[in-house]
Amino acid sequence: MYRFILRRLLSTIPVLLIVAVLVFLVLRLTPGDPAAILAGDAASSEQIAEIRKDLGLDRSIAVQFGIWAQNLLRGEFGHSYFYKMEVTQLIGQRIEPTLALATLTILIAVAVSIPLGVIAAWRFGGWFDRALMGFSVLGFSVPVFVLAYILIWIVSLKLGWFPVQGYKRIADGFWPFLHHLVLPAITLSVIYIALIARVTRASVLEALGEDYIRTARAKGLPEARVLMRHALANAAVPIATVIGIGIALLIGGVVVTESVYAIPGLGRLTVDAVLARDFPTVQAVILLFSFAYVVINLLVDLSYVVFDPRIRY
Amino acid sequence: MDPQALSVESANIARRESTWQRLQRHWSVRIGGAVLLLLVLMALVAPWLGTVDPALFDAASRDLRPGQSGEITTLEGEMIKHRFLMGSDSFGRDIYSRVVYGTRVSLLVGVATALLALAFGIVFGLSAGYLRWLDGPLMRVMDGLMAIPAILLAITLVAMWRASLVTVVLAIAITEVPRVSRLVRSLVLSIREEPYVEAAVSLGTPTLKIMFGHILPNCIAPIIVQGTYICASAILVEAILSFLGVGLPPDIPTWGNIMAEGRVQFMAYPHNLFFPGVFLAVTVLAVNILGDGLRDTLDPKMAKRL
Repeated sequence: MYRFILRRLLSTIPVLLIVAVLVFLVLRLTPGDPAAILAGDAASSEQIAEIRKDLGLDRSIAVQFGIWAQNLLRGEFGHSYFYKMEVTQLIGQRIEPTLALATLTILIAVAVSIPLGVIAAWRFGGWFDRALMGFSVLGFSVPVFVLAYILIWIVSLKLGWFPVQGYKRIADGFWPFLHHLVLPAITLSVIYIALIARVTRASVLEALGEDYIRTARAKGLPEARVLMRHALANAAVPIATVIGIGIALLIGGVVVTESVYAIPGLGRLTVDAVLARDFPTVQAVILLFSFAYVVINLLVDLSYVVFDPRIRY
Repeated sequence: MDPQALSVESANIARRESTWQRLQRHWSVRIGGAVLLLLVLMALVAPWLGTVDPALFDAASRDLRPGQSGEITTLEGEMIKHRFLMGSDSFGRDIYSRVVYGTRVSLLVGVATALLALAFGIVFGLSAGYLRWLDGPLMRVMDGLMAIPAILLAITLVAMWRASLVTVVLAIAITEVPRVSRLVRSLVLSIREEPYVEAAVSLGTPTLKIMFGHILPNCIAPIIVQGTYICASAILVEAILSFLGVGLPPDIPTWGNIMAEGRVQFMAYPHNLFFPGVFLAVTVLAVNILGDGLRDTLDPKMAKRL
């Protein structure tokens, strides 16, 4: 068991390393000179060269990567060209909204989608099942920003239940914080609900075909217990897997949702930094998101042991 | 011709027909296909659908409600009367014309991205699956690419290159290649053990011919299904890129661009966002429904899994 965890931990290192190299290369091997952008239109070529030297951009790519990787290992992401502060500090300022939004979204998605999926599998082929499958295709097809504006239009403008845009820090009080966060989280959770509900339905459906379900029903167990303890518990592994895979969708959605709802989080920061050609910030944020994705999926892998005692590493 | 060959051939024809017929019978193939056909037609005959040049604007016709009439100046400087079916934007451009012309961009991006991603994914997947020494290194790079969230990667790539139709398609395709490679590789791994591949190997068939002539034709169905889903997701991602302001230049009428320009005035003039949004959602929905239908008929094994 511990050996497996160790091996699994070690196996993420090459992936993370490749991510780091890819991110570095993507930003360096493309046109667009950050020094020229920083200097502005009126700058002379000497001034641009000066700035380039200050940023270390005049050295060879291999040397630049070496310096960057060394700093990375020390936990230093470098200095933001655009925001004029340490990237670590910048991320620290922006991480709260993103974490809050992502957490609330996952909570809503899991709480809604798993019961829906179980009921659909239980009433397989019935109207509820078909409605859920229809909703799921729809959820995959309606872009998150279109959904966001529809919800803002109905819930915020017409009904006035939630603020239209903006964010309140958790330090400003829990209720205002939640009040600003609910609508973005609902928006973002729709595609996630579609994904998890679909997989829950499929794997519960498969479990319901097993012999032990017939045995459980023959024993006269209440249907709810059969569904939850016998069917759902045995369907837990694929569900956990898809929650992990869906994190990628979630991260993509965060970027768009934060932009629509004017939430000052990491997603907004990414778009702004990309447009400003702020290399250190873009690198740091993409690495952070990718690391989060890899680590969460590592945790999901390890959680199989809890969900399915038959799995022993 | 000897009778055996003839019977094999007729059996093939019979099978092909039945697949085609099964496809036509499937309701989601019908609906998805019909809606898409309509959209393709709309894209092709866009100039004859009562539209004006999507770049035309007129300061006097700004922010018109859907259905209102106004004037618009043509490139020749001539004033013409025009009914703004979907209203106009803050420059006085006709949203209906922009939405109709936007269909061209979305469909083009969807199809081109799918084809490009499939082409690269097939080459990488076949190589990784059939050539043992390439498997490890190639798939590790794909794992790394896959760990970077797709939209972030696409945003970065497009913003770093200069945004154009080619770079947008290329950027979205790059995010899809790892998934196709994985799918093709897993198919190849099972097909390479089939007797007919072994037979081809023992007859001394060149490796390339085995890969593309014997293995590839046998994994075509799941690849087509995957291609449909890539098309849907590419249309979505293109719209997201344009919406965030990092996609195609604002002078190209795309659904994402129309919405990006409309969002400032969203409270007062929601029609700027509503019409392109509906077109976008319906298009992606049609492609997804078509994909589900193709999956059910062409690839029953995958249909069972989900």
